[in-house]
Amino acid sequence: MAENEERLRRTMMFVPGNNPAMVKDAGIYGADSIMFDLEDSVSLPEKDAARLLVYEALQTQDYGDAEMVVRVNGQDTPFYDNDVKAMVKAGIDVIRLPKAESTEMVQKLDADIAAAEKQFGREAGSTHLMAAIESAKGVLQAANIAAASDRMIGIALSAEDYTTDMKTHRYPDGRELEFARNMVLHAARAAGVAAFDTVFTNMDDTEGFYRETEYIHQLGFDGKSLVNPRQIPMVNKVYEPTEAEIKNARNVINAIQEAKLKGSGVISMNGQMVDRPVVLRAQRVMKLAKASNLVDEEGNYLEK
Amino acid sequence: MEIKKTAIAGTLESSDIQLMISQADSGITIDLQSDVKKVFGDQIEAVITTTLKAMGVTAAKVKAVDKGALDCVIKARTIAAVQRAAETTDTPAWEVL
Repeated sequence: MAENEERLRRTMMFVPGNNPAMVKDAGIYGADSIMFDLEDSVSLPEKDAARLLVYEALQTQDYGDAEMVVRVNGQDTPFYDNDVKAMVKAGIDVIRLPKAESTEMVQKLDADIAAAEKQFGREAGSTHLMAAIESAKGVLQAANIAAASDRMIGIALSAEDYTTDMKTHRYPDGRELEFARNMVLHAARAAGVAAFDTVFTNMDDTEGFYRETEYIHQLGFDGKSLVNPRQIPMVNKVYEPTEAEIKNARNVINAIQEAKLKGSGVISMNGQMVDRPVVLRAQRVMKLAKASNLVDEEGNYLEK
Repeated sequence: MEIKKTAIAGTLESSDIQLMISQADSGITIDLQSDVKKVFGDQIEAVITTTLKAMGVTAAKVKAVDKGALDCVIKARTIAAVQRAAETTDTPAWEVL
């Protein structure tokens, strides 16, 4: 597991890698992670051009605090090697492996990244990776995949390929994804990495998008992959803590600090025991509240 | 790097630039079309020329149609066009990127 404790990853926005207008503007929408795509959104004759475009954009464009991710072409394609080399040289934060199905695939990427870091004089271990689970095999191997590398920051479910593999398709209620979602989420949590839900492609179904995002939020996903920047504020809204949650979290953090000063580990607040999981949850609430601009620097709730 | 055949990179979409590179006997000539040529023409040609020189291209004919590309896009498309024209796409010139 890579060192990435408590980085917020509510939104990962897909950006087609060969589209200069989209690559140039990707930083202005406030996505937590930006994922440039060299794979499915780029046609075969343009693979080289997309790789170069993303490389040069990464050298010069300012993407703020967003985590920069690139989806490379699969290991069974002739583009994979140069994709990995170019992106490591470019200093990308995370390389996303598509169609991950085994520990060995992740370990191969890990080794290829290590070799590229050496070749281009990048700090060893500075390039992270993540894996996309897109098949029945991948889902059943999710736990091994999530734990396969120290560079791993998270795993993502990719539902279009997965539902095809399962001989079904996507339904509005998402029940066909129940098992895969829970497998991916449990694998991620067991390995201590992030879990990303799949994209929601029907741009006109706002209600459906909220329903699905609320559902995956309830399950415990870190966030969702997106294809349209319009969905970013919608996801953030679902992940936004309520005023009551923020005030409670603040009380928990204050109480635990006070307890620490007194030399006690466990405390009770309003008659309820406050221990480590409660504190961790409170810290996450405060982080989300800060990202949603609901609190000031000291953690005071800001009235809307 | 030697230009072996005529090659194109880039599109005519907004924020892009399309470059066609072909063989020449000597020297580099650039034929640039751009709505912002008056203001940015010199800069666009400078990015193309610098990139060609860095790749060791000494003789080439370049036709460029700019649709408002940033410098990083111009550089990326120039490298792509040269590598295609020199048939070195599979073995990129890492030091030039």
